[in-house]
Amino acid sequence: MTLAEFRGIKKPKRDEQTDAAHVGETHTPVQHGHEVVVSRERPHPGPWEYIQIGLALGFVTAIEVGVYYLDVPQGVLIAILGVLSTIKFSMVAMWFMHLKFDSQLFSVFFVGGLALAMTLFVVVLATLGAGLI
Amino acid sequence: MGPYPDELYDIPFTSVSSFVLLMSSVSMVLALAAIQRGDQRGLRIWLMATALLGITFLSGQAFEFTEFYREGLTLDTNLFGTTFFVLTGFHGAHVTVGVLILLSLFAVALRGRLTQANSLNVEIAGLYWHFVDIVWIVIFTLVYLIQP
Repeated sequence: MTLAEFRGIKKPKRDEQTDAAHVGETHTPVQHGHEVVVSRERPHPGPWEYIQIGLALGFVTAIEVGVYYLDVPQGVLIAILGVLSTIKFSMVAMWFMHLKFDSQLFSVFFVGGLALAMTLFVVVLATLGAGLI
Repeated sequence: MGPYPDELYDIPFTSVSSFVLLMSSVSMVLALAAIQRGDQRGLRIWLMATALLGITFLSGQAFEFTEFYREGLTLDTNLFGTTFFVLTGFHGAHVTVGVLILLSLFAVALRGRLTQANSLNVEIAGLYWHFVDIVWIVIFTLVYLIQP
């Protein structure tokens, strides 16, 4: 099975197919043995869109560094930097890693694993008495 | 016992390194886009660009490690030294593996054996590379920008 076929492993319901047609998703039928697998993958961005995302990432990094030099309370600094870092993280995951354009199953795996890791991290720190909880 | 982050960090230098790694992710997706449309020349150019940007990042890290060592920071100097070298060192090791993968793909591409049909190889290498990139996004914020 190719990755393209795996991406389309979940055959959409009739309603979903109708909805997808309205939002521009492509459902390319792929003949696989006796089954017809319907790809739920949306078209990936072109080179120019990737360059725009790259420039946006550079811009957010510049803002992060600028914020670092601001004379603001530590709590505010952590909050702002946390938000900016999350924005960059999401942009790379959604566009460059194509989560935005692939089956939602991949996003579930990605976010689920991330949530599990964060939970484990906080539990270990709390257990060791880091004072987080 | 020191030295501590505020005595060692050169934020503008590390920011440029971060920018270089972010741009390597752009060149990586451009390499994937090139092979998906059958553009062999574009694939080779962007694969090599990604590898070179990765090597530039690693060179910056090697320079930074050397400077910190000269200032007296080692793995066992203090808690900061341990966490800093372990976190950034492991990340650097993963970037090194990524560069080796990219150079291997480039060698295969030069022989003309990387085609649209097996673009999945480039896609998987790209996913690895982007994950290394997002780990650095977190490290840059947590280790460098947020200081006690």
